[in-house]
Order: sequence, then structure tokens, then C-alpha cells
Amino acid sequence: MRFGQLTYDLSHLLGGAVLLLSFVLLYQRRIGTVINAFAMQGMVLAAAAAWAAHAQGVPGLYLTALLAFGVKGLLIPFALHRLVRELNLHRTVETALGVGLSMTAGVALVGLCILVTLPATQDARLLSRESLAFAMSVVLLGMLMMITRRNAISQVIGLLSLENGLILAAIGVTGMPLVVELSTAALVLMLALVAGVFAFQIRERFDTLDTGSLEEHRGERR
Amino acid sequence: MPLQWVIVFWAWAGAVALAAVPNLRQASWGNVAVSAVSFLMAGVLMAQPYAQQGWTHTDAVNLPFILLSAFVGLTTAVFSAATLDREGFDHWRIRAYHAAFQIFMGAQTLALLADNLGVMWVAIEIATLATVSMVAVHRTPAAFEAAWKFFILCGVGIALALFGTIVLYLAAQPLLDEETGLSWTALMEVAARCDPATLNLAFAFLLLGYGTKVGLVPLHSWLPDAHAEGPVPISAVLSGLLLNAAMLAVLRNKAIVGANPQAIAAGPFLLAMGLATVLLAALALWRRRDARRFFAWSSIEHMGIAAFAFGLGGPLANLAGLLHLLGHSLVKSAIFFGVGRASQAKGSQKIVDIGGLVATHPALGWGLALAIAAIGGLPPALLFVSEFRLLATAAAEAPWLAIPLAIGMVTALAALITVLQAMCFGAPTPDVPNGSPKGWQEMVAATPLWLHLVVAAALGLAMPAGLAAMLGAAARVIG
Repeated sequence: MRFGQLTYDLSHLLGGAVLLLSFVLLYQRRIGTVINAFAMQGMVLAAAAAWAAHAQGVPGLYLTALLAFGVKGLLIPFALHRLVRELNLHRTVETALGVGLSMTAGVALVGLCILVTLPATQDARLLSRESLAFAMSVVLLGMLMMITRRNAISQVIGLLSLENGLILAAIGVTGMPLVVELSTAALVLMLALVAGVFAFQIRERFDTLDTGSLEEHRGERR
Repeated sequence: MPLQWVIVFWAWAGAVALAAVPNLRQASWGNVAVSAVSFLMAGVLMAQPYAQQGWTHTDAVNLPFILLSAFVGLTTAVFSAATLDREGFDHWRIRAYHAAFQIFMGAQTLALLADNLGVMWVAIEIATLATVSMVAVHRTPAAFEAAWKFFILCGVGIALALFGTIVLYLAAQPLLDEETGLSWTALMEVAARCDPATLNLAFAFLLLGYGTKVGLVPLHSWLPDAHAEGPVPISAVLSGLLLNAAMLAVLRNKAIVGANPQAIAAGPFLLAMGLATVLLAALALWRRRDARRFFAWSSIEHMGIAAFAFGLGGPLANLAGLLHLLGHSLVKSAIFFGVGRASQAKGSQKIVDIGGLVATHPALGWGLALAIAAIGGLPPALLFVSEFRLLATAAAEAPWLAIPLAIGMVTALAALITVLQAMCFGAPTPDVPNGSPKGWQEMVAATPLWLHLVVAAALGLAMPAGLAAMLGAAARVIG
């Protein structure tokens, strides 16, 4: 498999689009747009999974694609939009780090991923190794987003987008055993997390979704 | 179905059954019965020869910990049956609590048994979800804060561990087929021929991921709050069981990387994190005012000691580390039983509010005093043996590292003795009315603490030859 072949080109295009949307998540300040960008990333990921299912001949990955589309593209964004509307959250996201600085850090992280993964995976097949660079960048950008946002919903979206990176890695490795089971299990974890946002009723308890205020409830301060 | 799966699914079937029982007494004794059967099955499994069975396997490394988990699960269920009425649960919480307890026990056993690293990851994920819901069960702001922090940090941790697992498979991909791709046994065989640079990358993610669950510095901050805010029995299983499963996951992955001579040496990373953990925790212990947070920090310190031992590597240090994990589980869960009862009797879990237990509650006070002395590493408990062996090995192999380790241990011991004197021998503080269980409940609530102490002392003084041989073999398996 090499550059110029459809399989290779298309999976790289989709992987690159997922990464690009991670950058969009990083610089958006309005919470509604952040949720939309995340929905978009979920849908592109679903397309990438479906293409991997076709290219690798693993029908199970269609299930992963379907779940990614339904849950990350539609269900979770819908639920989060409703939460934002119901709680009437201030729509602008407070960032702990300026947009320019986060973007610079993001680019540096992607550079780091390429430097680390490309020499590391020389034995592996070409497709696997370059999609690993994409996937690892998405994982690290998700972590960066969790660090730079102070708002609980944005932090959850950061973790969700980190998990998109995991799925991208898993579908990029040809012949990965249990890939469908593992990606579903990871999705269950993320669903539980979103359920946690609702169940813990952070707004009602703490009056704001700013996680900084959670600190006051550490048992030790009482 | 092979026995290895029967143990796991027995607990999960128990969870389904217990979710249907709204009555506190029936549910809690049902929980004891399910745990007792699990313990018997773990004993039978221990007597069988090592076997590989699809996604699971038994070997010298996991068998002692499976038996230990089942034992601590049983004693915790007994303790919970005697004291749970103090938590003031409604019937939905009674159902949720007992179901989550058995889901956790099944997942914990599966995490230890798993040969397939993907299955191990899923098991640790299930165990995390079950414990998060138990930490949040009181629905107070502090409980939500603890559960949320636990969830977010461990969520990132296990996500990174999954990424590491995927990269690990990528390293082995040219050598393995889809059937055996994530099997630990198969990976160990081919590890020497895998691409070393990819193995290094995988190990970085696996260490950070599972290291978060172990509570190694700087990934520890979820641990004290999660231990302090849930129901008391949960602290005992969090400290006594979940941390061990995460540590064994780190060790399994370290063994794979260690089997490749060209890959990076994994030991120094564990060594450095372990030492940082011991030193930070030893200092942090001096600033705690909340008894359960204090002992949670002590768990962090002990995980640091174990990580130091495994980082040093070699049969001697590994053996010390395994003994330390076993001893810590037994004694720390005993301490949480004692602290739980003390805080119920005094109506507060602040250290200043718990004083003079020996005068007001002799059996509890002396039990807790002995347990705190044992966790500090005083003889004759198992932790004395493991810490002494570790220091001796470290002094011989890396004397400059043994000195800060010893300083950390002694600093922590001094903090523990200070708290021991305040809580057990200081001026008695007033009890709240009806704080202590009466009659049979008092007897039953006191039993687990003393039983754990007796077992820890017995293992420290005279370890059965079969168990000693098994642990010695395990110390060589994990390299």
C-alpha cells in the first residue's frame, strides 16, 4: 500500500480531517460550536471506520462506524445541547490558556507525535504507522483541551475527543483483535461519563459548571 | 464453563440477583453468601495446576492475588452486613450498592485472571465504573466532587492504557495472528523480536495509564478523595483490591517490555515514580486532618514502595514487592474497617474528633492500634518482612536509592505513630448516642479487623511453603 492508492489516500484524508477537527475544538470559544465541532468529528470518525471496514474486509467495523455515528455524531451532542439550553449556561467558554497559545501548543504536540511515531514504527505496515501519528495527535490534543478549558462540559468533550483518537488508532491497525469489542467498551465508558454530567447535577449543586468551584467542596476544606 | 469464568460470572449473577433485593438485611447477607462461595471457588482454583483457557490464564503471579481478593471481598461483605445500617440508605441505594459491589468483585477477578490484555483493560474499566458509582452513592457535594475527580482522572488514565495496548499490538503485529494478538503469554514469547521503539512508545502510555489507577505520583490526586467520601467498606476494597489489579497490569506490561533486550529499561521509570510517591506521601501524611484521607495517603505511600521494589527488579526485590502488595491489602483493609467503626462511634472522621479509642472501645482501639503499627512496618506483620527485605536488597544493589527510601519510610512511620497515639491512646473524645453497633452486630463488625491482623501476622511469621514457592516463582515470571 502506498501513496497514490485510493485506500491509502482516503484513510489518510479521513484521519487528517479528524485531526483538523481537534484543532477546531481547541480554538472555539462558544460552547454550542464546541459541541457541533465534536459532533462533526464523530461523524468523520464514523466515515473513517466504515472505510476501514471496507478496505480491511472486517465487517465488524461497520458496527463501530454505526455506533460512532449514532452515539457521537447525534446522541451525545444532542444531549449536551439540551443540557446547555436547560441550564442556560453562559455560552462563552472560559479558557485557562489563550487561544493563540493553545494552538501553538497543539502544533507542537502534533510535531512531537510525528517525531516519535514515524521512527518508532518502521517495521509496521505503512498505513498503520501513519494513522498512528494522526491518532496519537488526536489523543494528545484531547488532553490539551482538557487542560486548557475550565468548564466541565468542555473537559468532558476533551475526553470524548481523546477517545475518538483511540478509535482512530484501533481501526488503523490492520488485524487488531477484539477491535469492535474494545471500541464498544470505550464508548460505554464515555456514555457513562456523559451520564455522570447529568447524574451529578453539577449545576444544581455548584451553581456553575466551572470545575474550579468544585475545589471548594473537597472534604478537607470543611 | 471452566472454573476461571465461573468465578467471574458467579459474582455478576450475584449482582443481578442482589439488585432485586430491597431489604437491607436480606441483601447484605445475600452479599456475604455470594462472596463466601466466590472465596471457596478461589480456594479450589488455587489448588488446581496452572492453566491457560482462552482469554484467561492462571499462573503464579495472579493466583495469590485472586485468593486474596476473594478473602478481602468476603470479610468486607461481612463488615458491610454488620455496619451498613449506619449509612442510612434507601432501598434503591441498597440495591445499587450490593449490585455494584459484586460487579466490582467479578471485574476485579477478571482483571487478575485475564491473559488477553484487551480483556484485562475492559475488566479494569468495569471495576472503575462500579467503584465510581459507589463513591457517589451518598450524593453529597463532597461525594460528587470525589466521584467526578475519580472518574475524569481514571477515565483519562484508562483511555491512555487502551492506546498503549493498541500500540503494543502494533509492535507485535508482524509476529502474531489475530487469534493470539493480545495474549500476554504469546506476547511474552515474541517480545524479544518486536520492534523495540514501538514497545517503548507503548510502555510510556501503559505506565501512565495504569499508573493513574495505581495512584503513583504525579497521577495520585483522585485517590484520597475517592477513599474518603464513599461508604466505609468501599475504601477497604479500593485500597485492598483495585490498586493491586492496576499494579499487576503495570507489571504484566513491564514484563513484555523487559523481555526485549533492545527496548528501554522499564525499571528506572517505576523506580523514580515509586520514590517520588513515597517521599511526597510521607510528607503529605503530616498535613492530613481527615482519618480516611490520612490512610488513603498511606496507601499511596505503600504503592510507591511496591513500585520501587518492582522498579529495582530481580527475584529478590520483586518478591519483596509482591509480599508488600499482599500485606498492604490485608492490613489496610483492616484499618479501614477500624476507622469506619471509629468514625461511626464518634460521629466524625476528623482525626481530632477520634481520640482515646482504647479507653472507650477496647477491642476496636487495640485492633486499630495494632493495624496502624503493622502498616507502619513494625513486626511481626507481613509488611515488616517485605520492607526489611526491600531495604536489604536496595542497600546491596543501589545504596544511594536505599537512603531516600528509608527516609521516606521512617517519616511515614513517625506520622503513623503520631496518629496512632492520638486516635487510640489520647484523651477520649465523646461518643455520639447509638453510634456503636450493639450485640451480635458489634461482634460481627469486630471480626474482620482481627481476622486480617491474624492472617497478616501469620504470613509474616510462618508463610506456608506452597505459597512461598508460588510467590518466588511469580517474582521470576515478572522479571
